[in-house]
This record gives sequence, structure tokens and C-alpha cells, in this order.
Amino acid sequence: MSEMSFDEINEKYYDVLKEIGNIGAGNATTAIANMLNLKMNMSVPNVELMPVEKIGSAIGSEEQIVVGIMLGVETDIDGSMMYLMDLPSAHHLVNRLMMRDPDYDADFDEMDMSALKEIGNIISSAYLSALSGLTNLTITPTVPYISIDMAAAILSVPAIQFGMVGDKALLINTEMGDGMDISGYFILMPEGDSYEKILSALGMPV
Amino acid sequence: MGQMIKVGMADLKVCKYPDNLTTIGLGSCIGIAMYDPTTKVTGLAHIMLPDSTAIRNNSNIAKFADTGITELLNQMVKAGASKARIVAKIAGGAKMFEMAGGNSAAINVGERNAMASKAKLKELGIRLLAEDTGLNYGRTVEIYSEDGSFLVKSVGKPEKKI
Repeated sequence: MSEMSFDEINEKYYDVLKEIGNIGAGNATTAIANMLNLKMNMSVPNVELMPVEKIGSAIGSEEQIVVGIMLGVETDIDGSMMYLMDLPSAHHLVNRLMMRDPDYDADFDEMDMSALKEIGNIISSAYLSALSGLTNLTITPTVPYISIDMAAAILSVPAIQFGMVGDKALLINTEMGDGMDISGYFILMPEGDSYEKILSALGMPV
Repeated sequence: MGQMIKVGMADLKVCKYPDNLTTIGLGSCIGIAMYDPTTKVTGLAHIMLPDSTAIRNNSNIAKFADTGITELLNQMVKAGASKARIVAKIAGGAKMFEMAGGNSAAINVGERNAMASKAKLKELGIRLLAEDTGLNYGRTVEIYSEDGSFLVKSVGKPEKKI
């Protein structure tokens, strides 16, 4: 293994990581469209490499309430991944899934929470399966966990994870649409030498 | 009324009366507020990780409990505070996701942040007056230079003054 720091790897392979994000997000959109049985468009993902200190405000106001779904990643690579969406997007998806009035926006009950976890699970798994297909690595997600709270508080989790190895974090923003736009963010947090594994599997010299 | 000055993540700031300090959305991070009641010199640090010595990339001293608290104390003393009078209050250190352990060192980082902050304050001889740490929700905090009161705000919960 090289002596390149995590930040240097991120910068050098920005385009590769962006492409992984692109394919992963495409997969995720297809999965959601199939689940909800509707046609969905997806914008080209916007991939950002940002200082960890800025991540709390990366997706809007720090105090804005967002839904975060986090799951562990195991087998050939270790780490975790998070999918974040704003409250209107979350309500929209849950209402679709529960076949409710699209404007319904009461607080999520237990059923809604488990629906959200499932949505997060499907989106994340689709993303991971793209990554797995590209790299030929076996990547297994663990059960998802959910938190609905201030954006900065939820994002402190990836900030800390990235903060342990470097000063920058990689954020992938995608927008899906079916009339109403669903804006979501993926954050993949590889641990240890998992990044190197992904890149070498893609034929990149690390 | 003074200004409300914002302290970012992995950041620290010192102010004097009538200005006040805030940091928004503490998750697993810890907000360490320190206050000298006589000079009303007030400080707030927003640390992310417990221990700078455990990490190779440790150039930002405000990122860690150990170096962050020491630096905050130094800056407060430079601003006219007396170390003997400085007291502290802390908040944050939540576990935002109830993930089963084992998978990652980051899972219990909130708890470790709280422990490291308290240990550092003790080592420096700074009295910890109050804390609101742990559990599973985010916190926004405000420290008021007038009387050192520390306000903790969370989503869907009443404001807490400690």
C-alpha cells in the first residue's frame, strides 16, 4: 500500500469516485421507481469533496430537520454508508408507498419509520450493488438504522468518521423526480484499507 | 444585547460580555462551554474526536477534546480570564444511530468524547458545573456571557437551561 493520505486519494480519484456515484445513484433511482411503480428521472449526481468542518451545512441549514438512514457495509470492504433526504422528500416517498394523500405530512409513526428504513435500505443496496458490480467485490449491507434530527447532528456521524482519517469527506447529491423532486445524498464511509481495495479492484494504481 | 457568535464544527471561539456564543447541531460531537464569572470572559469549543494522539492527521487542534480544551483555556486566559475561576459546562456526545457495536470505532464516539472532555477538564483543574450528554438526539447550545447560563435546544423537546 502507498503512503498516499485519504485526502490525496480522494482528490486523485475524484472522477472515478464520481462515476461510481453516478452509476450507484442510477441504480438506486431505478430501484425506487420499480418499488413505487412510477417513472422517475434522475439528475446527474453532483459529487463534492468538502472539508469535514463544512459537512454539517452541506445539505442546507444546519438546523434543518432531515432523515438519515445509516447501514454498515461488510465482507470485502468495511465501513458504513448513509442516505439522507429532506423531510418533504421523505413524506412524499412514504405517502407513495402507503398509498396515502400526497399532501399528508403528520409526524411519522412506527409504520412510517419502518417504511423509511426500507426505502433507505433499497436505495443504499442499489447503490452498493452498483459498486459491487463494478469492482467484483462482495459488499453486504447490514440492517438499516434511522434518525430524524438536525442536519448538523446527523452529519456529525460521517464528519467524525472521515475526520479520523483525513480532513475531507465525499458527498454525492442526486435528485430524482416524478413530478415532485426527491433530493437525496449518499455518503460512503469506507474504513481502513477499503478505499484502496475499491480502487485497486477498478484497476487504479494506489 | 450583544452578538450571538457562531462556533463551527472543529472550531473554538472566545468572547466577552455582552457577546454570546453558539454552536449548532451537536451530534456525537461535544460543545464545551467555559466561563469566568468575574471577567465574563466566555469560551466555546466544538470538538469532534476524543484524542489527538490517536490520530495521525491532527493539525486542527480544535477538532480534539484534549488539545481543544487546552487551547480554549489558553485563549481565555489571554483574554483576561483567571484559570482558577473558570468553570465548565458540556453538552452533546449523542449516539445518533442505534447501531449494534463491533462494526466501527465511530459508533461509541459520542460517549468517548464526553469521557475524554471530562477527563481533560479534571486534569486542568476546571470544575464541571453541569452536563447534558449522551442519548440519541442532536443539540444546539448557547452560552450567555452575562451569567454563564448554558441553553440546550433539541428537536421536539423543551429547551433546557443548565
